[in-house]
Amino acid sequence: MKCDKCTKKATVHLTEIVDGKVMEMHLCEDCAREQSEHMEQQFGLADLLAGLTDFGKHVPSVQGSTETLQCGACGLTYEDFRKFGRFGCAHCYVAFKPQLKTLLKKIHGSSTHLGKAPVHYVPLETGVAAPAAAPAATAVEAAVPVVTPQLSEIDVLRAELKAAIKHEDFEQAAILRDKIHALEGRS
Amino acid sequence: MELNDLIHGTGEWLKGTGPHAHIVLSSRIRLARNLTLAPFTNRSEKPAMDEVLKAVEAAMHNVPMLKNATFFRLNEMDNIDRQFLVERHLMSHDHATNPQGKAVIVSAEEALSIMVNEEDHLRIQAMQSGFNIDGTWEVVNALDNALSEQLPYAFTPEWGFLTACPTNTGTAMRGSVMVHLPALVMTRQINKVLGAIQKLSFAARGFYGEGTQAAGNFYQISNQVSLGHSELDIIQNINGLIRQIIEQEEQARQALLLQNKSVLEDKVCRAWGTLKSARIISSQETIELLSMVRLGVDVGLLTDLDPKALNELFIMIQPAHLQKIEGKKLTTAERDTRRAQLIREKFQNKS
Repeated sequence: MKCDKCTKKATVHLTEIVDGKVMEMHLCEDCAREQSEHMEQQFGLADLLAGLTDFGKHVPSVQGSTETLQCGACGLTYEDFRKFGRFGCAHCYVAFKPQLKTLLKKIHGSSTHLGKAPVHYVPLETGVAAPAAAPAATAVEAAVPVVTPQLSEIDVLRAELKAAIKHEDFEQAAILRDKIHALEGRS
Repeated sequence: MELNDLIHGTGEWLKGTGPHAHIVLSSRIRLARNLTLAPFTNRSEKPAMDEVLKAVEAAMHNVPMLKNATFFRLNEMDNIDRQFLVERHLMSHDHATNPQGKAVIVSAEEALSIMVNEEDHLRIQAMQSGFNIDGTWEVVNALDNALSEQLPYAFTPEWGFLTACPTNTGTAMRGSVMVHLPALVMTRQINKVLGAIQKLSFAARGFYGEGTQAAGNFYQISNQVSLGHSELDIIQNINGLIRQIIEQEEQARQALLLQNKSVLEDKVCRAWGTLKSARIISSQETIELLSMVRLGVDVGLLTDLDPKALNELFIMIQPAHLQKIEGKKLTTAERDTRRAQLIREKFQNKS
């Protein structure tokens, strides 16, 4: 059997099902490789996740074309993110922000977090962070002050107390109880 | 705690008690968290991964809930030990495949575990027996709060917890409930149920996790959406869905008992007979037979069998468990013989 695309011998046989229609393809090794690269580009994981082929390309971007878009902290390009469907670091979320809004909305039906916040967290830099030469952006963030949102110290202690009792860690529970009493006395 | 201490029992979550334990095996919640001190695992080299391991190990010692937990570095274990932890649902298959720079923290009762440097720096998991997502949330939330005091979490108020995969962003929470639905399978209603689950943005997987077939009529049902809903909203949705599934399974069981009791009894008793008598048995066959026996116990056709013993067998008959019990490597054929022996020993005094 000859290759569908050139005259060499077909050694790879592909079956594709599109809209219920079965399509068979017979290819030589070279054409098959080309075809599979083409398919991989077409069906990158991120695309599958979003259930569309070009979720980011038509979004107007402040940074210009998505082809040159890159995270300054870890060096991940937007194209690679599209291909593999994984971010490289927390700063990718900042670097790809305009594109992500659309993507997250497509995946989750929303792009706004409504859940809990950690007891402490370090705010990410706005804009593109450290240069590509410094992959772990530790130093940059270490200088930023820690934010303590929502939960008060007493709330945290109460939650810990509950957990300690549940785990029958009564020694710890007693310590926590005393701390709570002390805080309540103060307020 | 040594790994070998775990062999002869199973975790808290398999004790076969808790609300609706006749249909719901276990409830589990997993939270994904990343730290700002290193790139995500897929872009981390060894030094960055080591830094995460070091930070997490140090944090663990300051968290009272993890006082009796053990920190296992995966590259210091052999293949069977790693597989053993996968089989006990304490870590994922992916985590075991490439052990370099990875670790898992396991609490003494196996109710808590934390994978370190899986797809995300932390995958915090809590598991409980029966249908108890609310209780599981309380525990995992407290552990997460305690860890967040020790470790710099990657978080923004707009997008929540930042994860390697955008499908987890936000709460980064997956709640999953393991349900046993033999009657819905036997009455051919399962596809309708699974279709409805998908429509509601939930996923159904097999007993042994992602990408596995639903062996033995066990389905692991979990939420897919993690952004735009609070954790409590997601939990409420899981509760609503699982309650309906329990109801449907119960109705199907009643219908089978009313309309086809002798057929059901025949299936259950044949399964019981085979399990007690087999000399060579594959894990697939064991799981299917155990499912029938469990159904028999749940609807009162078989008495004098402890559901906990049955639950334990689902875990013990897996390859790494058999090899750890035997204390050496076994071929597939040797395992099939050892498995049959283990089952017979377990049911020795039962008629």
